[in-house]
Amino acid sequence: MRDQKIAFIDLSSGAVKTETIPEKTRRLFLGGRGLDIHLLYDSLSPGVDPMGPDNVLTVSAGLLGGTIAPSSGRCHLGAKSPLTGFLGSTNMGGFFAPELRFAGFDHLVIRGAAREPSYLWIRDGEIQVRNAGHLWGRDTFETPAMIRQELGDEDIKVACIGQAGENLVRYACVLTGLKNAGGRTGMGCVMGSKQLKAIAVRGTGGLPIAHPQEAVEYLRNFMELIKDNAVMKAFSVLGTPMFQDDSDLIGRVRNRNFQRNQVPDGRGLYAESMQKYSISMAACFGCPVHCRHRYVVPEGPGKGSYMEGPEWSTLGALAAEVDCRRIEAVLSGNYLVNKYGIDSLEFGSMLAWAIELYEKGIIDTGTTGGMDLSWGDENMVYQMVKKTALREGFGAILAEGPLRAIEVLGEDTRYYNVHVKGMSCMHTDERATPAMALGIATSTRGADHLRSRPGVDANLLPRDVKDRLFGFRSSDIGSYEGSAKTIWWHELIYAIVDSLGTCKFQPLFMSPSILGWEDYARLTYVITGLEMSSADMVDIAERVYTLERLFNTREGAGRQDDILPERYFREATPLGLGGFKGATIDREKYDVMLDEYYETHGWDVNGEPKPETLSRLGLAKAPAGKA
Amino acid sequence: MGKMLVVDYSRCTGCRLCEVACSLKKHGTSNASLARLRVVKWEPVCLEVPMVCQQCNSAPCMMVCPVQALEQDDTLGRIKLDEDRCIGCKFCVAACPFGAMGVDAVARRVIKCDLCDGEPACVHFCETQAIKYVDAGTVNLVRMREAAQRISELIRKYAVPESA
Repeated sequence: MRDQKIAFIDLSSGAVKTETIPEKTRRLFLGGRGLDIHLLYDSLSPGVDPMGPDNVLTVSAGLLGGTIAPSSGRCHLGAKSPLTGFLGSTNMGGFFAPELRFAGFDHLVIRGAAREPSYLWIRDGEIQVRNAGHLWGRDTFETPAMIRQELGDEDIKVACIGQAGENLVRYACVLTGLKNAGGRTGMGCVMGSKQLKAIAVRGTGGLPIAHPQEAVEYLRNFMELIKDNAVMKAFSVLGTPMFQDDSDLIGRVRNRNFQRNQVPDGRGLYAESMQKYSISMAACFGCPVHCRHRYVVPEGPGKGSYMEGPEWSTLGALAAEVDCRRIEAVLSGNYLVNKYGIDSLEFGSMLAWAIELYEKGIIDTGTTGGMDLSWGDENMVYQMVKKTALREGFGAILAEGPLRAIEVLGEDTRYYNVHVKGMSCMHTDERATPAMALGIATSTRGADHLRSRPGVDANLLPRDVKDRLFGFRSSDIGSYEGSAKTIWWHELIYAIVDSLGTCKFQPLFMSPSILGWEDYARLTYVITGLEMSSADMVDIAERVYTLERLFNTREGAGRQDDILPERYFREATPLGLGGFKGATIDREKYDVMLDEYYETHGWDVNGEPKPETLSRLGLAKAPAGKA
Repeated sequence: MGKMLVVDYSRCTGCRLCEVACSLKKHGTSNASLARLRVVKWEPVCLEVPMVCQQCNSAPCMMVCPVQALEQDDTLGRIKLDEDRCIGCKFCVAACPFGAMGVDAVARRVIKCDLCDGEPACVHFCETQAIKYVDAGTVNLVRMREAAQRISELIRKYAVPESA
């Protein structure tokens, strides 16, 4: 392995210090999200103000980033979240992380706050803090273009914030490229609070491959696998919107906030409706799957601009949840959220909540600043994106995220907001799928499908196939039994994927015949030379996930925070096929499932990692601030 | 003349696996700046143009080489760099109109695409076949058929025989 470095950057003083990464640390945490939480946990004291200079922002490339490992372009960002007050953690695709590695760095640990708007310029081992006064106020499309022009290199990769980050919207995102967003938990807000407009990077160095011949052979086989795989074939043409079709059909999507679990006459949002506008499919670094649409905005805001996406989750947030039913509305909305740099999932959910409050008469035009909030009003959605990003009028309330907006709008609005730990759910409805419900409730970053979603579960595979796949009795879609272990298993494999810096759409998220534990161990070996077994990988994943858990317990999280929105227990799904109709989550069974889940992880009944678990994982150190 | 690399930029997804595969095969590392080809990008307008060595007939690189280190290889249809003979003057780098002649700045050597001796790594890793390795003699026929297809559609639509 080349001596990839960690850079510690203090924006208050401008000081930069670098360290190499010992092999011992690699064996414990790999890189990416794994090493990220290690750095974050050690760098932060509990209780810091997420928007103050003492918060730390980590930017991490995976251990296999920028190599021939399939789709090794993922970049992980972490900090204490200004949205939840717990772990901030987000992940984006594109080309930024490989460029960072080519420049010699695997991780950036950024603390302090700049006195004036600034950006970082990283080039082949050198790090410079530069003035960004001229970039402040610019959107995420203008910013990289101006930086490239200023520095005279079109190949520079930029991760930046838009106006939402500058205005400290608590769920502002970080963007690289036209639409690759580190969307969740408000990492763009943290950048804004540090007056850090962007990170620009260019590297011309190389990453040694330990066993090039084996690596080439491995990837060739993988390419064959992808070409022969039916799910991947569809995915390469339809992208993530393809999930809308089956999810809507069976009834597991949110519509009108949380009032329906299907979009009536919602075929206009099916993946096929995107085909008319898709001009080609784009890929992230080194990815043969190319799941990202490209299009020209056909009408409305951004008309005539090139854009990428939308992802399924954005389609859900900007259309299904707020009851817009035309794909064209999603195409303009997607353009706007990317332009301003705002997390589409959080925004859509917040707005859908507000519309339901307005519909029920809990808030009125006095609160909304004269805005008439109606279902399916595309123009209103566009206006609210802008108002939220700029914190204008009612947008300033939505910009605060669930926890604080509830405080502002009153106790009787609480029930209607669909969030976990202060982070909104995506547009899926988990009432009929207890495993997925457990996943969003226990995720270390708030309501989130990408921490543990057993995607392959939705394929309704035969029992014996699943038993062989997982090596234990896993859950069936709709069952409580086996859910705890199913979620545990998926949490672990996704933690490995995020630590290696590859993409979740390649392991079992998609298809039972794609990458598993042995494959990741093998890939790590051929690329880095680190010999590890599947069991070693499981250990690393447990260590990463438990350390994330410790981060949250250190900030005061416990069992009371691993809870679903109240509506999951009280309201039965009104629509859908078979078991998807009339479903609620059973409170008692949920509690049993949660107990099993803690036990599987080696955590106590309050969700606190047990001392013997910590010592088994080499995390024996008691969390700071605890006796 | 043998086979040649043909690029269909409309199929390129911009993943850059070709660059990685190239540098891996030639240098055993993942290093885009050592790749013999490059995906040139215009991010704001969603455009990628993969640039490869055209293996020119009257190759400027070959013409300017003062020591005849670059030679025409008719069997594989390429201009071959004789690394032993190369003195590293980089005239060829300056002369190439496509920027296809590169420099390994660390080893201080000129680098050039040699079509991997007939097994180009970039082609193997291009999932969408944006880069293909095809017989030079028939390279135009696919595109000719595509163009003819459009004309034939017009004929079928408008030029109905009078007897019909």
